[in-house]
Amino acid sequence: MSADSRKPTGWSREQMAARAARDIPEGSYVNLGIGIPELVARFVPEGREFIYHTENGLLGMGPPPAAGEEEPELINAGKKPVTIVPGASFFHHADSFAMIRGGHIDVCVLGAMQVSAEGDLANWSTGRPGAIPAVGGAMDLVAGVETIFVITQHTTKTGEPKLVERCSFPLTGKGVVSRIFTDLAVVDVTPAGFRLSELAPGVTEAEVREKSGAPLQPIR
Amino acid sequence: MIDKTIDSAAQAVSCIGDGAVVMIGGFGEVGSPVELIHALIDQGTRDLTAINNNTGNGEVGLAALIGNGQVAKMICSYPRSSHSKVFPELYRAGEIELELVPQGTLAERIRAGGAGIPAFFTPTAVGTPLAEGKEVRELEGRTYVMEPWLKADFALVKCDSADRMGNLTYHQTARNFAPLMCMAAATTIVQACRVVEAGAIDPEHVVTPGIFVDRIVEVAEPVQESRLIAEGRSYP
Repeated sequence: MSADSRKPTGWSREQMAARAARDIPEGSYVNLGIGIPELVARFVPEGREFIYHTENGLLGMGPPPAAGEEEPELINAGKKPVTIVPGASFFHHADSFAMIRGGHIDVCVLGAMQVSAEGDLANWSTGRPGAIPAVGGAMDLVAGVETIFVITQHTTKTGEPKLVERCSFPLTGKGVVSRIFTDLAVVDVTPAGFRLSELAPGVTEAEVREKSGAPLQPIR
Repeated sequence: MIDKTIDSAAQAVSCIGDGAVVMIGGFGEVGSPVELIHALIDQGTRDLTAINNNTGNGEVGLAALIGNGQVAKMICSYPRSSHSKVFPELYRAGEIELELVPQGTLAERIRAGGAGIPAFFTPTAVGTPLAEGKEVRELEGRTYVMEPWLKADFALVKCDSADRMGNLTYHQTARNFAPLMCMAAATTIVQACRVVEAGAIDPEHVVTPGIFVDRIVEVAEPVQESRLIAEGRSYP
């Protein structure tokens, strides 16, 4: 069988974001991390309304502006131009992080370098000599938001597993991740470790296990 | 009569001496008081401790202050960005000290400094390298780390409108750290896009009350860092 005749397997970046969006309840206050998590805003399921928080001081963030309509002082946490929706509000950083640490944000979707079987997250530094450590708001988000989703490729560009027994990179938070959306599967973090929840089209349990660095409980 | 307005950015920052701790408003370039920073570069003040969320962009504004060797220590949450090259080079060469603080902890430490609260407990960073060596306490079944207040000799911030009493409003997401820094500095220096008559700002709309502000200079058309960078400019 030639490569061309094979069906594509796994989820694209957009499909991972759309899959994560399906698990966010109606009316949630949501903080989206930089990268693939930003795409979640494009896939809000029909009939649901989410309110987006960006930690630099805006609640009610809308989609990116059309080219030429950018406002220089209206940006998101990734420092990219955004818009506001009717009902939006601006506030300073202490209020913004009170929303986060005070438990007022319902869901946060973050990227990851590694996630452990106990739900530990590493996403701010490799800890290597010469690396510039940069944490931003990630540690505040994982400490204060009840539901932390991670969207990430299942492995690194060089094929190393990102779902691991124990993180080798410095931690962002301990035991904070509840669900992981990868290009291959949806994986839950349970008291008994990782559990497969759903496979992407064309992906087998064996493949997910082979590309994971820790055991996975089978799909229930 | 109380009048906190000052004629020029150079005069406004003239009180800042070598070794000062300076909070600088802004999240990336948004809200950055670039004209005040450039006045500080012109003045040549050295051995500064600078507190900002980032470390500047290109070779203008905060990045230029750092690149000019005037900053001995940086306290920030995110010293990387697509246009930040000055800080990483100095940091790798061991020529600048870095205190990395989670963004919300940075904001709360500054707020606490302004509010007279010498320390507080937060769940942020528990179990990570950024909590190592810090006092922890169990409160209602959860572990928290103690963080100290952060105060400064000076704050440099940008606002939208100011009146002579020091009442300030901000524009969109340019507010970010400014209201907190105004509270936490012994002397707060503001660059305002416009200075208006006392009473022209509706008291209901004042974001920073004038009690937290000491010096105001009007900079009617502030430069935009990204525009300077796109034009290949550097400062001085």
